[in-house]
Amino acid sequence: MGGSDNTKINLKLKVWRQKGPNDAGMFQDYDAKDISVNMSFLEMLDVMNEDLISSGQEPIEFDHDCREGICGTCSLVINGEPHGPDRGVTTCQLHMRRFQNGDTVVIEPFRAKAFPIVKDLVVDRSAFDRIIQAGGYISTNTGNAVDANAMPIGKDIADEAFKSAACIGCGACVAACKNASASLFTSAKISHLAYVPQGQAEKSERAFNMVVQMDEEAFGACTNTGACSAACPKEISLENIAIMNREFAKASGKRRK
Amino acid sequence: MSYLATTIGRKQIVGICGLGLSLFILVHMLGNLLVFVSPQAYNEYGYLLTSNKLIYIAEAGLLAIFLGHVVYTIILSLKNKSARPSKYAVTAKGEKKTSMASKTMIYQGIIILIFIVHHLITFKFGEEYEVQYGEVVMRDLYRLMTEVFAQPLYVAWYVVAVILLGYHLSHGFSSSIKTLGFYHPKHTPKIDMLGWLFSAIVTLGFISQPLFIYLNN
Repeated sequence: MGGSDNTKINLKLKVWRQKGPNDAGMFQDYDAKDISVNMSFLEMLDVMNEDLISSGQEPIEFDHDCREGICGTCSLVINGEPHGPDRGVTTCQLHMRRFQNGDTVVIEPFRAKAFPIVKDLVVDRSAFDRIIQAGGYISTNTGNAVDANAMPIGKDIADEAFKSAACIGCGACVAACKNASASLFTSAKISHLAYVPQGQAEKSERAFNMVVQMDEEAFGACTNTGACSAACPKEISLENIAIMNREFAKASGKRRK
Repeated sequence: MSYLATTIGRKQIVGICGLGLSLFILVHMLGNLLVFVSPQAYNEYGYLLTSNKLIYIAEAGLLAIFLGHVVYTIILSLKNKSARPSKYAVTAKGEKKTSMASKTMIYQGIIILIFIVHHLITFKFGEEYEVQYGEVVMRDLYRLMTEVFAQPLYVAWYVVAVILLGYHLSHGFSSSIKTLGFYHPKHTPKIDMLGWLFSAIVTLGFISQPLFIYLNN
């Protein structure tokens, strides 16, 4: 590959190890030696795990899937920052060249009551699935996929809807928020569908039901710190939360009538 | 689930009450500026407010929005605390860090609450000096104020508390607007600026009076 460099670095890792949901868990120190700066953060963990396995130890469990920043499976809080120090990037797209030789790197799971730890760095994010089940869909039979541009939507609206739809549901917003609030995730789903014509029929019910489900899942409330948006690998805007607040207030008003 | 049982419903109540309280403190600060006109102007303004029977309705309304703000904030904060039972070992320091003002709202609020109670005991329920202007006998609040603000410790505590109030507003003002559902890529930065400006004006206004009186003694 062009532009790669042969630099190798050594790091001190402090990794959260937890045997299961009910284990207390603790940090364990590891030396990561001869790490190529061209590796992604997850590849670095793969190499660590190869060493752990060959020396008969338990590998570090972590979530990953597509490794190209679009699936929302990878997580990790790296030195206090969800998905690491860079903005607009998932952990799988974070590269080791971002670190200096000799750095100490603290790796923790996403911490929230609504995201219980399964093992080590793996958390259960099914609370998000239940928020989607409460209204993050459109109940119309659409048949086959229609031709692109068959439904006339203004470019400005399509762009806004697309920006909200870019949410990959990774949960970094919850991990970053001091209140472990799921407001950015829930609001991105509510506004994405509120923008487009297909979402209009259920707009009100959707906003209300998704917010109620979000509250039931033990997430905290939004205090507009903006930490979620800063940590979001897809840079979802805080504007979505304001849209959710507005849609929710309107929906509550309608229900009273 | 009813509106007031949801986090967003409660947040919106906190926001509306917070904006109401902001309006109150702006008027309070402007009224206090009469100190710079004359002791008589200041005392007559106080008399004008307290001699009107409508003051009881106004005070009841103020107490209601104050309680709305405080009670719902406490309920929400407890939920927020319980949403993260285990803390992170490391706090974000880089681009993903959270502003101190937004992170510590509840603690600022607790100190401001203590200040308000103390403030009411000192002034509203404080020593009842009297003064006569022409035919009218009224409370000499100016005299009480000059006595209170002759104490350097009281002035220091007052100034610190008012700065904290301004700090609280620097996040609270614009945050309330967002909570009520208003956000616009072009206008929101202006509202944030307005929040900062509002906080600075209120803070400087409130600080000017005790300092003026202390330094003139």
